[in-house]
Amino acid sequence: MVEQSWGQDLCESGMARPYAPPVWLAMKQVLLVNGKEYTVYVDPATPLLFVLADELHLNGPRFGCGMAQCGACTVMMGTQVIRSCAKPVGSVGNAAITTLEGLGTPESPHPIQQAFLDEGAMQCGYCLSGVILTAKALLDARPDASDAEIRDALGGVLCRCFAHARMLRAIQRYRDARHPS
Amino acid sequence: MISRREFLHGAGALIVSFRSAGHGLLQETHGRAGTHASSMDPDQLDSWIAVHADGTVTACTGKCDLGQGIFTAQTQLVAEELCVSLAAVKLVQCDTAVTPDQGSTAGSQSTPTNFNVQDLALAAATAREALLSMAAEHFGENASRLSAKDGAVTAPDGRRVAYAELIGSKKFNLPVDQHARRRSRNEWTVLGKAVPGLDHPALVTGTFEFVQNVRVQGMLHGRVVRPPEMGAKLIAVDEGSVRDIAGLAKVVVREDFVGVIAETQFAAIQAARQLVCRWSPGPLLPPQETFFEHLQQLPSRDELLVDSGDVSTSLAKADRVLRARYTWPYQMHGSLGSSCAVADVRADQATVWSPTQSVYPTRSCIAMLLNRPPESVRVIFVRGSGCYGLNGADAVSFDAAVLSQGVGRPVRLQYTRQDEMMWENFGNACVIEHRAGLGQDGSIVAWDRENWVANRGSRPGYDRPGNVISGMLLGYEPESQEPAPAKPPTRKLRNGSNTVPEYFAGCAGGACNGSGSVQSERVLTHSVASPFYTGPLRSPLRIQNTFANECFMDELAAAIHADPVEYRLRHLRNERLRGVVMAAAKAAQWESSAGRGAATGSEATGRGFACVAYEGDNGYAALVADVVVHRITGVVRPVKFTIAVDCGPISNPDGLRNQVEGGLLQGTSRALVEEVTWDAKRVTSVDWEGYTSLRLDYEVPAIETVFVVPDNVKATGAGETSITVTPAALGNAIFNATGARLRQAPFTPARVLAALEAGQEARSA
Repeated sequence: MVEQSWGQDLCESGMARPYAPPVWLAMKQVLLVNGKEYTVYVDPATPLLFVLADELHLNGPRFGCGMAQCGACTVMMGTQVIRSCAKPVGSVGNAAITTLEGLGTPESPHPIQQAFLDEGAMQCGYCLSGVILTAKALLDARPDASDAEIRDALGGVLCRCFAHARMLRAIQRYRDARHPS
Repeated sequence: MISRREFLHGAGALIVSFRSAGHGLLQETHGRAGTHASSMDPDQLDSWIAVHADGTVTACTGKCDLGQGIFTAQTQLVAEELCVSLAAVKLVQCDTAVTPDQGSTAGSQSTPTNFNVQDLALAAATAREALLSMAAEHFGENASRLSAKDGAVTAPDGRRVAYAELIGSKKFNLPVDQHARRRSRNEWTVLGKAVPGLDHPALVTGTFEFVQNVRVQGMLHGRVVRPPEMGAKLIAVDEGSVRDIAGLAKVVVREDFVGVIAETQFAAIQAARQLVCRWSPGPLLPPQETFFEHLQQLPSRDELLVDSGDVSTSLAKADRVLRARYTWPYQMHGSLGSSCAVADVRADQATVWSPTQSVYPTRSCIAMLLNRPPESVRVIFVRGSGCYGLNGADAVSFDAAVLSQGVGRPVRLQYTRQDEMMWENFGNACVIEHRAGLGQDGSIVAWDRENWVANRGSRPGYDRPGNVISGMLLGYEPESQEPAPAKPPTRKLRNGSNTVPEYFAGCAGGACNGSGSVQSERVLTHSVASPFYTGPLRSPLRIQNTFANECFMDELAAAIHADPVEYRLRHLRNERLRGVVMAAAKAAQWESSAGRGAATGSEATGRGFACVAYEGDNGYAALVADVVVHRITGVVRPVKFTIAVDCGPISNPDGLRNQVEGGLLQGTSRALVEEVTWDAKRVTSVDWEGYTSLRLDYEVPAIETVFVVPDNVKATGAGETSITVTPAALGNAIFNATGARLRQAPFTPARVLAALEAGQEARSA
């Protein structure tokens, strides 16, 4: 006889699993997302991703793995990129959150988004929050980052369509346009 | 209730309008609906095209965009054939209440189906001709003297009438004309252009609506609770174990299927994690270390694709006989986003927003699972994360429908990473054995090929929900494959899985449909039972077979010290395949580089060649791969790919280039690092630590793509050409660099080092 649990720790035969204590602490929280304030009532342990997707109805950050392994849920917190699937909303405080939607619009894309358009740098596009925001955060901090540094920064990001070549070209195009060498 | 007509008029805000409109199903004419009812008759023009009073056009297609760019290309196709601007066309994809049944979007068939002589292209051409006839009547002119452009018809004297004036919002009431004139390639103004992806602006700005972003009023969140191991059966569920979870709506148990539904995703995840289920243990899995030997011992269902009857005799007489055995592991679709669907199952009708490649088959299977007629189920395609074949899309749609039925409210279900990776239909594991005889001049005089393919389930089709995990847990068996001996081949060869090497004459059923010249030939396939679910994964079996065929061809050339390109051409008859072989060799300056690779210090460089006639006649590709092999670490690094592709007339050169480039790198990932792993009980590669994929820090090789477009050929599939030749070209390049032959994919550093060592021992022996 075995019992089922979720996540990494698949049950071992015969081992009982203690119940988690009741956790439902819906608390008021004010979030600053893409320049706007939102008040939500959620369990502070809820991953930020679910609040952004299900409460704020944002489409940019998306669930990929729930374990901070792939980058599909990436958002910016201040000037840093974080994995919103592994970030309890209660720990966000009043930090400014920026999602892919917060950079530009289809009518008026941010220059890095425009660079991706110019290079046709996507296939299914599910990974773009991780790719674009990670590159932007790096180049905000280090405008003259080398190609190798850009690749290093993207080491935690997956694109399963393998549009890598075009994405790197788009990032280089954006870098070179704002920081001519 | 909304009619299809109203739907077409209001096209644009598709999903939203339907959700708020009460999910109306509608019945129009019943066409050739024999086996599976569709209210859209594909023989009727109105099933495909509607021209509106504002001059816009709605076109309906049963082939959907999975990230491969077919939305843009099909929009170009309609604009081209109908002579309207690209912006005027609204394309509606894959919705069982709106679009005709075109089966699955799979197998590189969308372009052949919709761009050649049938369906969408023909409908658009029929509509153009019909509008020209109407204009002829309007002007009192002969239709042949009129021209159509930008949504209007112009007479020789300059009079002009817009389509909207001629037809605006009325039905055509015409059959699709099988002889409607297609616009020729030299007339194209929209097709053949590198139109940027129409979905790109929404994608880069995060506003694109994936199925993961579908939100329905009153929607709850579900999670499934899968068995802990293969073959485990449910004994009991302790619902009390989740009683303390606030927001829990329901625990759904049916046969071996278990799922939880809650007000929020977070509560659903906690409930799924906390729910105590008792399962009986499943059988032990065959050990991974000896799995391929195990496969070859299993009872099998056999098929002979070609058998000239003289292979044994020819091999006995040959000057030299070479043998080799190749293996390919289970691999994953490993979609970046775990699969998701939203279902709203009500008493009288059900609506499912699904990322499936097959809306009509999925509708039929869901109807079976819900025990209601297919007409009361509507499946609407909404794009998911790139799928590359049968990922969890169909399974999650079944699960979502069952959960929604169980709770009586709309349910959004997204798998966890582990649900996805542990239970998806993996790409088939294979063993391929070759025996080839060479004559005195080194040419191939006989070739015997045998392979073993591990199969369990596949696409569910219209009535096999048990072909994916959800159906099995709900009590449906996967399609059976009773062991059976092979019968002599009587049919003409259709090389749909590229089982037959390109160099075979392929003679069967009174025709020789192979691409090559080897007359003494036998190809025997054994399908055996897989412990895991399997299904089509980008270039299904084609990549496995081409890896083995093209590497073995390289072995034959090497055995007689022949140039691999010259040796291939010596045995190839098919002109289109020869065309790409020569084009790739020329672009890569193959001749000047022929011979053994070079070594400096610990690094060895080499180049390898591979080619394919995809599915026999559905796209042609030849690839030169330049690699560096690190002799100490065993790391293989491709530095340049030079590829020639012939897929006939190209709808969108940039879209095609994107597919070719992505395929090369996906092929590299699969050749070098991707492999499903398991222990005695379960799959262990259930996240991105356990299942390796090349990440965005990978140093991408330079890529040079050459398109070969012969005159007077039809468009073929293209999206699976480059990936198919990549593993073989890499394997051959490693051999060229080091003399080590890799016959087991992926070419991990450990396997490369082992092959290097074996090569050294062989040389010193």
